[in-house]
Amino acid sequence: MTATISPATPEAIALDSRSKSLRRMIVRALAAGGRGHLGAAFSVVEILRVLYDDVMQFDPRNPRRPDRDRFLLSKGHGCLALYAILADKGFFPEAELDKFCAADGILGGHPEYGKVPGVEASTGSLGHGFSMGVGFALAAKLDGRAHRVFIVMGDGECSEGTIWEAALCASKHKLDQLTLLIDYNKQQTYGTIAEVQGLEPLAAKWEAFGFSVREVNGHDVGALRSTLAAVPFAPGKPSAIICHTIKGKGASFTEGNLSWHHRTKVSSAEAASLLAAIEGE
Amino acid sequence: MRKTSLNMVYELAKRDPRVVFIGSDLGPDTLKQLKAELPNQFLMEGVSEANIVTMAAGLALEGKIPYINTIATFLTRRCFEQIVLDLGLHRTKVRLIGSGGGLVYAPLGPTHLATDDIAILRAVPNMTILAPCDADEMRRLMWQTLDVDGPVYIRLGKGGDPIVSRADLPCEIGRAIPIRDGRDALIVATGICLQVALEAAAELEKQGVAAGVLHVHTLKPLDAAAFLEKAAPVRVILTIEEHTLVGGLGSAVAEIIAEAGFNPAKRFKRIGIPDVFPDQYGSQSGLMKRYGITASAAAAAVLNALKAARQETPTTTYCGS
Repeated sequence: MTATISPATPEAIALDSRSKSLRRMIVRALAAGGRGHLGAAFSVVEILRVLYDDVMQFDPRNPRRPDRDRFLLSKGHGCLALYAILADKGFFPEAELDKFCAADGILGGHPEYGKVPGVEASTGSLGHGFSMGVGFALAAKLDGRAHRVFIVMGDGECSEGTIWEAALCASKHKLDQLTLLIDYNKQQTYGTIAEVQGLEPLAAKWEAFGFSVREVNGHDVGALRSTLAAVPFAPGKPSAIICHTIKGKGASFTEGNLSWHHRTKVSSAEAASLLAAIEGE
Repeated sequence: MRKTSLNMVYELAKRDPRVVFIGSDLGPDTLKQLKAELPNQFLMEGVSEANIVTMAAGLALEGKIPYINTIATFLTRRCFEQIVLDLGLHRTKVRLIGSGGGLVYAPLGPTHLATDDIAILRAVPNMTILAPCDADEMRRLMWQTLDVDGPVYIRLGKGGDPIVSRADLPCEIGRAIPIRDGRDALIVATGICLQVALEAAAELEKQGVAAGVLHVHTLKPLDAAAFLEKAAPVRVILTIEEHTLVGGLGSAVAEIIAEAGFNPAKRFKRIGIPDVFPDQYGSQSGLMKRYGITASAAAAAVLNALKAARQETPTTTYCGS
């Protein structure tokens, strides 16, 4: 077995000011659109923050720069978190968040390639982003280019058959420039992962499919930094990081609350409650 | 035709380093020369069409031009959403080479019969659909596939199909080819059904009926202008396709006719596979015969339609005063 980092309890993590700030940006867009997948976005804030702050090479002024690292949000419904970090980094003005899901906006309920600077592929239908990333990484390998590919995937998404086709393929081609981060918040739309379609033993599955695997607390910024600094974990193998997270992390009443998986008709009072809860964390 | 198209991928790969061939568990010697000479442009993947199509989209977004080959049913039905989103929506330069379009795999049964590939792919925005009539035309079209923006589907016939295309006529993706003129009827064909159409036209000529033939090697975008020009003078229009009558060439032509508002109206008939799963094995030609996709059935259809047209009272258009 590949060595793993034992996850600290995700509940034990207190969020710092940057994590809170990004969540406020998510709420800003959610309130503007009156809708959105809040739980899925709050779940991945620290993962995206560490990738963009500490790991990936990119240039917001030249989003298509050839030697950039590629990022794919395979769980496209978590896009509010991606929009927040992209706005924060200057890929587009923060004011775009106020046009979330608007007819004249570029930020839709799922991220679109060609519309949003920094978005490498349109995702939303689950089970596509990983294969797309395999294509990105394979192109780099065939051409001897050094850029890396980071993919954030949902745990419920692991039920898609294409995930396992892509896993076999990434392993066959020894795509060690590819890192898969699985947002393991253990909840999906209907209920818990265990209840709907269990994934355990998840780490062993990825090991069996030829990945080098580590587990980490997906809200622990320091642990994420040190884990991501170590990729690839083994030469010639793609890396998988199982990120133990909490759906809706960052506001007391959204944590683990399935009614916040996707919300419509979000009122200004609810948005205010969300902002207050984020501060209260 | 398959051999020609794969040989063409080899030729294209030599000419353009962006070309990458991707097979889905094909025969052991498939493109062995390409594999030996240009190993970075040859990929043989597992039986995983959905992953392959999206992976190819990823390769295309990185500047490659992937040509994927496997059996047409698996390359269209199994991975339809991948085609819609990752090829169509992203407008990626991925080429799908579907082996055994139509009834080619008759002995293998309905799981292998690509009778609906054109219909489902016609619904995908940004898609180009090609159905060459023979190996020579395949060669002429394959050269052009390098430059097409967005995804391209290339429907392959059985192989060893008689050569009926003509090198002296312009062959350009998106432009239908008028093969012969006729004042009485117009037969519109695609793929290997051009051969059926030409035989039918010859048979009709013997009976004093002048039938024109329009070859539609590009089903999408369909060359409506060429069709309307050739359709205008005739009373009868017939389409022939080795494909379900639901959503293929006949449907596409019917849509154009319906919106054209011909006056007097045209007599229109479609020949193709009815809305059923073929229930016999045998051979491609046997199943084509079973569904009336033959020269004699086509000629009879034209004659019947002409007869009906002649019995009609001519329609007069009155203009307002």
